[in-house]
Amino acid sequence: MKFTLSWLREHLETGASVVDLADTLTDLGLEVEEVVDPLGTLRPFTLGKILKAEQHPDADRLRVCQVATDQGEKQIICGAPNARKGITVVVAHPGTYVPGIDTTIQVGKIRGVESHGMMCSEREMELSDEHDGIIELTSGEIGESYADWLSAHDPGKVDPMIEIAITPNRGDALGVEGIARDLAARGIGTKITKPIEPVPGTFPCPIGVSIDDNTLPAAPLFAGRVIRGVTNGPSPAWLQAKLKAIGLRPISALVDITNFFTFDRNRPLHVFDADKVSGNLRVHLAAGGEELLALDEKTYRFSPGHVLISDDRTVESIAGIMGGEESGVTEDTVNVFLESAYWDPVTTALTARDLKINSDAKYRFERGVDPAFTLPGLELATRMVLDLCGGEASDVVVAGDVPEDTRAYRLDTKRIESLVGMSLPDAEQRATLEKLGFRLDGDMAHPPSWRSDVRGEADLVEEVARIASLTKLEPKPLKRTQTGVGRPILTLAQRRERAARRTMAALGYNECVTYSFIDQASAALFGGGDDATRLENPISSEMSHMRPALLPGLLQAAKRNQARGFEDIALFEVGTAFHGGEPGEQHLLVTGLLVGPTGPRDPHGARRGVDVFDVKADAEAVLAALGAPAKVQILRGAREWWHPGRHGMLCLGPKKVLGVFGEVHPKVLKAMDVKGPAMALTIWPDEVPEPRATGPTRAALDIADLQAVERDFAFVLDADVEALSVVNAAQGADKALVEHVAVFDEFIGGALGEGKKSLAISVMLQPRERTLTDEDIDAVSAKIVEKVTKATGGTLRG
Amino acid sequence: MDDLRGKYLDLIAGAADEAALEDLRVAAVGKKGEISLKMRELGKMSPEERQVAGPALNALKDEVNAALSARKTALEDTALEARLAEEWLDVSLPSRPRRQGTVHPVPQVMEEITAIFADMGFSVAEGPQIETDWYNFDALNMPAHHSARAEMDTFYMARAEGDDRPPHVLRTHTSPVQIRSMEAQGAPIRIIAPGRTYRADYDQTHTPMFHQFEGLAIDRDISMANLKWVLEEFAAAFFEVDKVEVRFRASHFPFTEPSAEIDFRCSWEGGTLKLGEGEDWLEAGGSGMVHPNVLRSAGVDPDTWQGFAFGLGIDRLAMLKYGIPDLRAFFESDLRWLKHYGFVPLDTPTLHGGLRG
Repeated sequence: MKFTLSWLREHLETGASVVDLADTLTDLGLEVEEVVDPLGTLRPFTLGKILKAEQHPDADRLRVCQVATDQGEKQIICGAPNARKGITVVVAHPGTYVPGIDTTIQVGKIRGVESHGMMCSEREMELSDEHDGIIELTSGEIGESYADWLSAHDPGKVDPMIEIAITPNRGDALGVEGIARDLAARGIGTKITKPIEPVPGTFPCPIGVSIDDNTLPAAPLFAGRVIRGVTNGPSPAWLQAKLKAIGLRPISALVDITNFFTFDRNRPLHVFDADKVSGNLRVHLAAGGEELLALDEKTYRFSPGHVLISDDRTVESIAGIMGGEESGVTEDTVNVFLESAYWDPVTTALTARDLKINSDAKYRFERGVDPAFTLPGLELATRMVLDLCGGEASDVVVAGDVPEDTRAYRLDTKRIESLVGMSLPDAEQRATLEKLGFRLDGDMAHPPSWRSDVRGEADLVEEVARIASLTKLEPKPLKRTQTGVGRPILTLAQRRERAARRTMAALGYNECVTYSFIDQASAALFGGGDDATRLENPISSEMSHMRPALLPGLLQAAKRNQARGFEDIALFEVGTAFHGGEPGEQHLLVTGLLVGPTGPRDPHGARRGVDVFDVKADAEAVLAALGAPAKVQILRGAREWWHPGRHGMLCLGPKKVLGVFGEVHPKVLKAMDVKGPAMALTIWPDEVPEPRATGPTRAALDIADLQAVERDFAFVLDADVEALSVVNAAQGADKALVEHVAVFDEFIGGALGEGKKSLAISVMLQPRERTLTDEDIDAVSAKIVEKVTKATGGTLRG
Repeated sequence: MDDLRGKYLDLIAGAADEAALEDLRVAAVGKKGEISLKMRELGKMSPEERQVAGPALNALKDEVNAALSARKTALEDTALEARLAEEWLDVSLPSRPRRQGTVHPVPQVMEEITAIFADMGFSVAEGPQIETDWYNFDALNMPAHHSARAEMDTFYMARAEGDDRPPHVLRTHTSPVQIRSMEAQGAPIRIIAPGRTYRADYDQTHTPMFHQFEGLAIDRDISMANLKWVLEEFAAAFFEVDKVEVRFRASHFPFTEPSAEIDFRCSWEGGTLKLGEGEDWLEAGGSGMVHPNVLRSAGVDPDTWQGFAFGLGIDRLAMLKYGIPDLRAFFESDLRWLKHYGFVPLDTPTLHGGLRG
């Protein structure tokens, strides 16, 4: 919403500066987005007088002028045809910024002659498009400020423009009058209210109006009158200047008048060329299929429920949104039908949304115009049409009525203290509401007709606080919820998420935050990409589905980093993946990705390709950090994006999967254009069982006093026998005595032959009651060999 | 005896290696060594002679042993020095590479925020990112036709044919967590709800996904003045300055009343942002007293309970505090960016140790 200072002053008597007004507006909730104050940029320009103007020795079109200025006599070269002795001009001294040419004036030589400044045209100061020559003033003293001269002689040129943002509840501030009302309530001026005198009709209105019964909820009130014998030329300069100042293009007097009231009073109007209307105007719901060429030269096709205005022949206007091209006024219009109506905000908004159409009228009706001002607005506009275009007005024709919306809320003056924390005298609160147009009846406040947004007691508090200024609200400490030392606030899940994150980072992974949505093809590679997780309106096909896992996003990130020349990549993310499209069908994942070598090339030979056991170690470290049991099963059979032979699920039983580690399937890498191999791990933190112990006490440390014994065994096994089965068998040989079993060597093929391997384990025996004898050790060793060979079909290596 | 002493001390001093030294030990103090033999002769001496020769021989033996031992140590030291000289390494070679992991600024800043609000008694609440339109809009006093709805650039989930429920949305703000938390917990309540939010917008300063946190405090006597205090305390703690003045500008949000935009006092001198000083104001977010309709939606009686809610952008706070220029880069996972703007893994923000470890 734009307006000028002078326009505001038509509704507000105030001596406040534009800066003070702007600050106040922002504080009131009418946020100032821009102030254009021409006086600011014009400040350095002063008046001068050309004492002498001679032909430049080297340029036909230039003159060398001697100019009297506030800094003495200056030589200025000028190319303007009207630069001549005796005229009063506007001078920019060296160092002055000239906005129209975006240049700061310097002392310079033009074709060998020095020039100490510039004499300006209006365009060069962005005052108008006038550039036929330099400004010649009819009055003014040498050295006088041009800004002051303009303020005194041509104030329209230096009228500051203010643009404010309007929140959806403040339709009333879409008119300059409403803005003035807020400012007056704050006390920065006095509102000017002039009585509205109805214009009596001199003849019956030849066009009748009606509203279909089923249309009344959407179109409660439709009024108008014919004004005949008008002359619709260009509007007067003052009106054109007003509209131009707020960025509107003057069209013709009649159209300019409707635009004026749209901005002056938040009262949109429409003018029909009465001679192009056949019969009467009827407001009705569209049946569907009707069409109209509107004023924006586009043809709209209507659906059932849209509100239209038709004459006896055809559709002439989209109610509250835009008129038709055919019945619009032109320079030749002699008889005009002036419409003033009230349209329901919701219907207007929905219709405009359907039709994808925007207009100043629609913008206002959907935010709520003052229904009670429909007829007074018509009278004001009639008066202006008669003043500017002549003619005579008919009687007013009205269909429908101002919709009933009487309501009142109790003003509890103590509420401002308890809700806002501001203490204000009762009288001040009541005065504020009255200045805003509320009617107070005892402690009941009746909102004015232009404040359809006020719907409760809290709104009264808001109005009082807003006018009193929230900027001035003094902060008050929030009481603590308890005395003494604070207690922890994080949940187990939140602590685990943090532990997982910091562990992954400590293990050398760089944390990413990737988008929650991903392209369908990538989602499909990871079990997603179905319709349940599809966005109806994605911003691109790259972001069409909610991610089923974090791995696709990390692989895409790896690919981008490979393209940047990175070889060794370690990325992770802790975030949400989606297994459906219903609220709650999401789960937390921790995913890490290793691609390429373990690090850069180095002189120690430490670099190697990453492998499955890197991610296995990291997955175990994360699980340990989350408090998972130390002993987990390693099962195969994870989803299809893992290498079938090179992955493991870390499980507590076949259905309780805590995590997966392994190599990413080469097909997936190929599809996603990542140079592999790539190793990954995923942990489901919520699957980790809650700790059993509730208190901080640890289990007692159990250290045996007797010497432990370590024995090594090597078995020859089929190559597909898993190490874990060997370890478990050895462990089971004597549960009391075997403290620990560790695999320390694996050797495949060679002399053992195809399909065979040798696995070496070290078994630690921990006696509890007495020192082990050689016989004891031999006995348990034999049992270990027996158990392992039985469980695995292997043999002890000789 | 002096001859013996002189001879062996000289020989020991000249011994070139441990073997020569051992030979000398055997020759001097070994079982059949010269000094040992002399000591055997003591038995044949008269008591008077023995009284003189005994201590002298013992002293000589000790002296030779000590010389042997000292020479041995000296020889060992020399040998060690020689070995160490051999073992010279070019220690200017690079160390064995070790990956340096980092924590992304968004979760880091979330932890900072959590540390500050935990101190004021707020716990952390979470909620689904795919929401029903009731939780995202209606419950927050934004009925279907509300113009604020249209302005939110909402992402909608696709609906299967025949499913006539209103489409679910990707939450446009963290505010639905207010409703869910109050439904679950009732009042009084103090929570913050950090998380991902979504709007269909992508340009220099907008990404279709961003992070927000919601603050909600409901009790019997919480006022907007308390809200201002909480925000000032937060801003000062977060930006690590003594004080940041908060300016409330009256505004309108459907879910609060009165509503205010939150501005932090700042200066932009020389292109550097400084919070808490200067004459400029930084727009930080929206806030207000929770609208009675919102409390009602969540099953909380507005005649008994009242309180405030606010929303601030986490990405933006991170950018402002750490001088990170481009929002879009947050989600691009460029390793150069992650390593530069990321945080050391053990740098866990705390109030007692400082938000930056």
